[in-house]
Amino acid sequence: MSTEASTTPATLHGCLLGDSRGQAVLFVPKQSYMSTMKKLVDDGFEMCVDLTAVDFLTHASRTLPDSVAAERFEIVVNLLSLSKRERLRVRVQVSESDPNIDSLFDLYPGTEAMEREVFDMFGISFAGHPDLTRILMPEDWQGHPLRKDYAQGRIPVQFKGAAS
Amino acid sequence: MTPRESDTVVSAAAGTNEGNQELRSRSELTAKEVMREVGAVLRMSEADAALLAEVEADPGEDQTMIINMGPQHPSTHGVLRLMLELKGETVLRCKPIIGYLHTGMEKTGESLTFMQGGTNVTRMDYLSPLNSELVFSMATEKLLGIDGDIPERAVWIRMLLSELNRMSSHLLFMATNGMDIGAVSMMLYGWREREVVLRFFQKVTGLRMNHNFIRPGGVAADLPADWRDDVMSILDMLPDRLGEYDVLMTNQPIWRERLQGVGVITQAEAIALGATGPILRSTGLAWDLRRDMPYMHYDELEFDVIVGSYGDAFDRYAIRLNEIRESMRIVRQILDRVPSGDYRIQDKKVTPPPRARIDESMEALIHHFKIFTEGFKVPEGEVYVAIESPRGEIGCYIASDGSPTPYRMHVRAPSFVNVQALPHMMRGGMVADAVAVISSIDPVLGEVDR
Amino acid sequence: MGIVRNVLDDGLEGLDHNFLTGRIEDLVKWSRSRSSWGATFGLACCAIEMMGTGAPHYDLARFGMEVFRASPRQADIMIVAGRVSQKMAPVLRQVYDQMMEPKWVISMGVCASSGGMFNNYAIVQGVDQVVPVDVYAPGCPPTPETLIHAIETLHQLIEDGEIMRRRATSGAGANVHIQEVPAGITTPVILGSR
Repeated sequence: MSTEASTTPATLHGCLLGDSRGQAVLFVPKQSYMSTMKKLVDDGFEMCVDLTAVDFLTHASRTLPDSVAAERFEIVVNLLSLSKRERLRVRVQVSESDPNIDSLFDLYPGTEAMEREVFDMFGISFAGHPDLTRILMPEDWQGHPLRKDYAQGRIPVQFKGAAS
Repeated sequence: MTPRESDTVVSAAAGTNEGNQELRSRSELTAKEVMREVGAVLRMSEADAALLAEVEADPGEDQTMIINMGPQHPSTHGVLRLMLELKGETVLRCKPIIGYLHTGMEKTGESLTFMQGGTNVTRMDYLSPLNSELVFSMATEKLLGIDGDIPERAVWIRMLLSELNRMSSHLLFMATNGMDIGAVSMMLYGWREREVVLRFFQKVTGLRMNHNFIRPGGVAADLPADWRDDVMSILDMLPDRLGEYDVLMTNQPIWRERLQGVGVITQAEAIALGATGPILRSTGLAWDLRRDMPYMHYDELEFDVIVGSYGDAFDRYAIRLNEIRESMRIVRQILDRVPSGDYRIQDKKVTPPPRARIDESMEALIHHFKIFTEGFKVPEGEVYVAIESPRGEIGCYIASDGSPTPYRMHVRAPSFVNVQALPHMMRGGMVADAVAVISSIDPVLGEVDR
Repeated sequence: MGIVRNVLDDGLEGLDHNFLTGRIEDLVKWSRSRSSWGATFGLACCAIEMMGTGAPHYDLARFGMEVFRASPRQADIMIVAGRVSQKMAPVLRQVYDQMMEPKWVISMGVCASSGGMFNNYAIVQGVDQVVPVDVYAPGCPPTPETLIHAIETLHQLIEDGEIMRRRATSGAGANVHIQEVPAGITTPVILGSR
């Protein structure tokens, strides 16, 4: 990990290392996702605390480092190192046309339920996941609720315009 | 075979190269090996399971049976459905099916302002709602950049409420765990103690549950004048009652028979599955976010982290019982440390003005109006903040886009991840132990399904 | 105690003090309201308050709800405590159908009554879309006092017979309708759903 003057950004395992409100964020391209995660496991990040996704359909103009190409979906993985007492966040861009990514199940078996939830709520498939089925919605549900083009499903109430 | 980097390090030291016999780096292991998985998880979709019911099976002696437990069941701690594969009375594989309480809270959270977000998040873990509100408020404050400016009194009040919530949540665990194992009178005792804490919450926050009291910027209102007496009376009453539980349960042979050796999980399994809280501590790893990655002022307080040794259900019960005692110890220290001062940050853009000011000042009226209708705008960014809830690590990931509502609000619920440990704990045990295992994980289905 | 009369002297009038008379219907309604057992249908936060209502401080047992029976066949009142999600709605209906007549439903909390604060795709907006509800208890969650008030309201409705009268017109929830056949017709009475 090299930190030089403002000209060269910091990198870790060849991926861009950023900072968000004081928290370390690693921008990993989808092609090197699996290999980078394996290296992070060896670095001492024993526990994958959380795996979730964000749909940037209505906020495509979010700020990203220059070298990262923005896509519609982002997979966000939060890692925890128990030995070093550190956290690291990994962000991977996933495009709408190809919503697939490798599964972390072999590295972190605890991501099984988390990836199922992302599949259920966003429609992103995980290659190598042992049981990729819906987990929160009924099995025959159509659509992926947390996508931005999926309506909230409100029924009209008397006072229109009130927030919720 | 080309030696890998790790090989050269080892072989340079020892001068040999054993190749495949050497311990490979952890990233080389598959889940199967990490978990020593012997097929504990029943991988069958719900649709297939429904078809099973229609098949005329002739149960032979050595055939297994798949039965369904829940979602409406007195002992599943809410609407958890378990599909158990049984051979006789022994549980072979298990699949927890969740989603029966899915409320779309993360979707709802995207349409509520940051001040209203507490009402949403508090109903996720409804047994420790103040902890859920706390983590959401801390994430919002980090995004706003005011997390270092929260007044001292507000921080100490938050710690006091968080620890009292831990006590009430663990008392409920005592009650439900006792009832599930069969000590039904424990249900009555646990609720009796919990009522006193709930009444204190009602006095302070206005509600017995789902308080919406810890908000971004501080807390919603100041503590009542005689709060110290109320807290002292709780602290005076509890130790004897906890001693009663020790007599009733801890040293009792039936209790020990039912819990010792039941639901064993190893440390490697717990870490691999992401299990935190009492489950991880029962395996012997002393990991508690309050001590290892301290937040608020926990680094200024003295308390022990309770650790088990066998990773079984009895350890988890004992850990929670002693965590009540540790929380009492923390509350005693907090009693003397709460300073006077503001109970919320005096940033006009974030916290509403006192109601009396609205009559006097136009500016105060406008701020009040803007904060409650439109909401305060949070600068763009994303954060993940985690604290130690009674069930483990609860985290809140918020991505904001500069508008008054979160763009994406995700709560990392400890029970959601802990429930994955169920199949591994139940394997090889009896059906009757299944209830004890679920109870020892202490899942809250509200945060599992969100 | 009054004067003990002699049956031999006064005939049946001598038995005045020894018998209480009343209508069977009243007795049945009184006993139904005084010992109705609840079916456990605790879903979310309201379930915690429901358990708190059964706990020592508030004690539902003094109102006759001694236990909450897990088996719907043994329960009279189903207290739907908590938010009903899309996945849970069929389960709710199935448990309701398994309960034996007479049965009543209390919808506890705003989520069960109307969807509550969750006006979205995931929550059924009111449990009365799935089962017929007799009493609605508002609150988020309702305090134990509110729940006791709701249960006592239901008990009063049972004792008055109000519910049974309404039920008779709407089919008692079990979709059983009995049609009166005029006398003199020899075809058998067919029980069916409307």
